[in-house]
Amino acid sequence: MTQSFRLESGGLINRDKKISFKFNGKNYFGYEGDTLASALIANGVHLIGRSFKYHRPRGFFGAGVDEPYAIVQLYRNGETEPNIKATEQELFEGLEAKSVNCWPSVNFDVGAINNFLKIFLPAGFYYKTFMWPKSFWYKIYEPFIRKAAGLGTASIKHDKERYEHKYEYCDLLITGSGPSGLASAYSAAKNGAKVILAEDKSRFGGTLLTSDVNIGNQSGKEWADSIVSELKEMSNVTIKNRSQVFGYYDHNMLVMSERISDHLPKTKKYHPKQRLWYIRAKEVLISSGSIERPIVFGNNDTPGVMLSSAAKEYMKVYGVLVGKKPLVFTNNDSGYETAIEFKKNGVDPIILDTRKEPQSEIIEEAKNMNINIRNSYVVVAAQGYKKVKSADIAKISDDKEEIGSVENIKCDCICVSGFWTPTIHLASQSGNKTKFNEEIDAFVPGVSKQNEKTLGAANGIYTLEETLKDSFEKGNQISKEITNNDNKVSFPNVVEKKSTIHDKFWCVPLPKGKNYKRFLDFQNDVAVSDIEIALKEGYRSIEHVKRYTTLGMATDQGKTSNLNGLQLVSKIENKVVPAVGHTTFRPPYSPVSIGAIVGREVGKHSKPTRKSPMHSWHEKNNAVFVDAGVWLRPRYYKRGDENLFEASKREAKNVRTNVGVCDVTTLGKIDIKGPDAAELLNRVYTNAWLKLPVGKARYGVMLREDGIVMDDGTTTRISENHYHMTTTTAQAANVLSHLEYYLQLVWPELNVNVVSTTEQWAGAAIAGPKSREVLKKLFPNSDVTNEGLPFMGYMEGDLFGVKAKIFRISFSGELAYEVNVESDYGYFMWEKIIEVGEEFGIQPYGTEALSTLRIEMGHVAGSELDGRTIPYDNSLEGLLSKKKDFIGKRSLSRKAFAAEDRQKIVGVVPLDKKTSIPEGSHLVKDSNAPLPNPKLGYISASCWSVEHDNPFSLAILKDGKNMIGEKLFVMSPLKNKVIPVEIVSSHYVDPKGERVRS
Amino acid sequence: MLHIKCPHCGIRSQNEFSYGGDATIKRPELGKEISDQDWDNFVYNRKSLRGKHWELWQHLSGCRQWIKVQRDTATHEIFKTLKANEEIS
Ligand SMILES: [Zn+2]
Repeated sequence: MTQSFRLESGGLINRDKKISFKFNGKNYFGYEGDTLASALIANGVHLIGRSFKYHRPRGFFGAGVDEPYAIVQLYRNGETEPNIKATEQELFEGLEAKSVNCWPSVNFDVGAINNFLKIFLPAGFYYKTFMWPKSFWYKIYEPFIRKAAGLGTASIKHDKERYEHKYEYCDLLITGSGPSGLASAYSAAKNGAKVILAEDKSRFGGTLLTSDVNIGNQSGKEWADSIVSELKEMSNVTIKNRSQVFGYYDHNMLVMSERISDHLPKTKKYHPKQRLWYIRAKEVLISSGSIERPIVFGNNDTPGVMLSSAAKEYMKVYGVLVGKKPLVFTNNDSGYETAIEFKKNGVDPIILDTRKEPQSEIIEEAKNMNINIRNSYVVVAAQGYKKVKSADIAKISDDKEEIGSVENIKCDCICVSGFWTPTIHLASQSGNKTKFNEEIDAFVPGVSKQNEKTLGAANGIYTLEETLKDSFEKGNQISKEITNNDNKVSFPNVVEKKSTIHDKFWCVPLPKGKNYKRFLDFQNDVAVSDIEIALKEGYRSIEHVKRYTTLGMATDQGKTSNLNGLQLVSKIENKVVPAVGHTTFRPPYSPVSIGAIVGREVGKHSKPTRKSPMHSWHEKNNAVFVDAGVWLRPRYYKRGDENLFEASKREAKNVRTNVGVCDVTTLGKIDIKGPDAAELLNRVYTNAWLKLPVGKARYGVMLREDGIVMDDGTTTRISENHYHMTTTTAQAANVLSHLEYYLQLVWPELNVNVVSTTEQWAGAAIAGPKSREVLKKLFPNSDVTNEGLPFMGYMEGDLFGVKAKIFRISFSGELAYEVNVESDYGYFMWEKIIEVGEEFGIQPYGTEALSTLRIEMGHVAGSELDGRTIPYDNSLEGLLSKKKDFIGKRSLSRKAFAAEDRQKIVGVVPLDKKTSIPEGSHLVKDSNAPLPNPKLGYISASCWSVEHDNPFSLAILKDGKNMIGEKLFVMSPLKNKVIPVEIVSSHYVDPKGERVRS
Repeated sequence: MLHIKCPHCGIRSQNEFSYGGDATIKRPELGKEISDQDWDNFVYNRKSLRGKHWELWQHLSGCRQWIKVQRDTATHEIFKTLKANEEIS
């Protein structure tokens, strides 16, 4: 297959290396160094997709990040990725891409009827059309929009690629490697500053790659190459291509995405696909250049209409012609450079210049080359559906209001130049208040807010000499202040052709009787008429116009559309552009993959996984694990083909009848020391703590200042000024911060220190009527009788040579102990417990049995202490001291908290004693009441009571105190269940609490 | 991401800190009688200031000290940081 639009020679591609690829199922080839766009154009493919709203045919408009339409679905190494710009995607062997926004195919597109049903989709069409009737939304509108629109399809497969994050600090971050970036980086580097230079394309040099200039004795490109190779050798310089600085955040932090492997058929071993850099820079030099603006005319979205700078880049960088009969439509000298390049490559262009009699060196050169130039001419409309076939052109009056008689000329592309728009996204994101520069009809950075300066074209400076001079100087100055070195770089001689001023013309009037669509925003399909409607309907603020019409939204962020949109609004509103103001530029400047943002914090790596010292024992004994916060805990220990329900029932029953052992290492533990430790506890907990004797534990509840229960747990007085606090697994970190807050800020006079010891201790709960027998064997030298170690007692013991803390506390409601040893001895302790417990029928139990035991006992846990309940709600009001003040006490007298019918914890049993009750279900009086059925309460936790052998739940119920004995209904719309239930006491087992004291 | 100067550790990234709200709120003294209105003001009512604001941060992944930070809520500029026991001036 021949590449009919590839030049015989030229460009920066490697013609020795052919690369084959597929687009929409067809095979093509290109060369190493091509982008997908340049290779497709070389092959004569101009139709790449359909537009977002009207589904009009779409071609290529730019040659890089400025591209609004050529967005494809990419297939690489068995993976797929949406939202890829064909103009940025480098070609690799085996690349596959498909069009988006078209269904069923790019050539025959059902959605294109939108284009002919114009009334269907004007400005604000989403708001107007899909408002009514409501039921249509789900059935008709949404499926239709979903199928017809969108910028591609995200993969639902697990992404096997690796993405890295990197944090970096530097003196100067320079964003863009065009003339200003290279010059400033060079002089800063010479002063020894730590420099990061980022270039979003694969090639360094920016406009130096395409412009006809000389620096010193070298061409622009040669000069760029020599500077780059020198910078690469310097140890204080990091120079990165394929790296887009896309966001400028607070305190001079910028984020850059580096595409490491996207240009390769597959990621190399040990390499990430992309790397996200968080760069904290002392100073930022923005050298992001400028983007050519379109001129607005009829059907200006037809494939074949493109920026003149892009046409030049395709020729100079890729050796590709975008057309063989080009029309160049310009209001400034840049169009001439493109025309000259065409001419040099043996193609005859026609230039339409909106200016009357412009004169400059560049124009002179074009004239000397016998290029056909028509002054005071405009393109009225492009003709052709899937590709430009001709153009309607006309003479325009000096005041630019009237167009003359329309004539049609043949052409196959229209290269348009409406002058240049500085890329000020980063400056704007940094908080810089931009200002309007009349001379160039565009916004440029104004007063800096953060440490940022903008150079060259991004700052509205369009001559190379001035750009280089300014950039060398700024690079030197700024680095000098950081490094105190002053190594001046000698300024090279610059040869460039002089240009003359541009014409402020930006929009071609419609000829009488014609109603061509004239697009402002190519990505979002916003036409002149849409803005007119929005303004007619009363939208004034540019931010509102943007949202109503979608102008400048989405991934494009108005790169090519912003200024023309503003021009139009200011014209209709009769205001000047700066008075209209531009919309806020949002990061990212250009799309960033979710993978890069997430980095390696994915799946199991999103948080550290914490394991107890006994973890490997659990593994060996068929534990099935569950995530408990960041911890992995045994949920149950599987025997044979038991399921969760059977296993947890067995384990819980064994605790009630014999003895079980549970790994409680995950409980939060805080060591509290100091003469005022008791006073601190007395203020933090709701009950009295001043008189707790040494060697005793006490259960405590702590509140937030708003009266809501924060956490509960037992705290033990180890010695006079030393306490050991336990918290729930989930709240451990919060409780520590809470204590530190009061000690450091509220009561600094208290002489207390707190420190987390959660990881220092391994813990085992030994629970059940036979637990004392186990303890006797574990600690033969200690008196663990009911007298020697009574309920809530504490002692230290010797566990086969290992120092242990023994607490007689119980969560299961049975006679129980918790034994702690230093973490390193945890495994040893556990094995010993299992070993000596064997004769008493000891079994390990997991969190599921643990829950069952506490639920049927009516002990509250996280599902009741859920940040919405006060002590009364949990039947913990007995722990509220009347004599002393404590954190949150004052809130408890608030009206709602003291209401007569305040919610309270109750037990719930299904009348049939069989049906399990889903957690989260609602309690209602009448299951047939009309919706919304008044909700009386909710199920907080459910289990299968092993004591009563039927389902049992805890619930937080309105007026729970007076509801015992009532018959209600549990409703779970999610599970489609209605269960008649009886309300009982929350203490379903051993309501008097005799077992723990036995 | 902010850069916060911990008075104990130096300049650190925001992700080492957790936010603690208005630093000028004083907890009412324990055991002292207080009106509903005053208590509500302490617990709930906060001004959502635009501009300079003294606030608390805890250097959670560092020295674990609570510190006072004067920050502009609109621009995120940080003017001053103080230790917990230093008075806001
Ligand atoms: Zn610190």
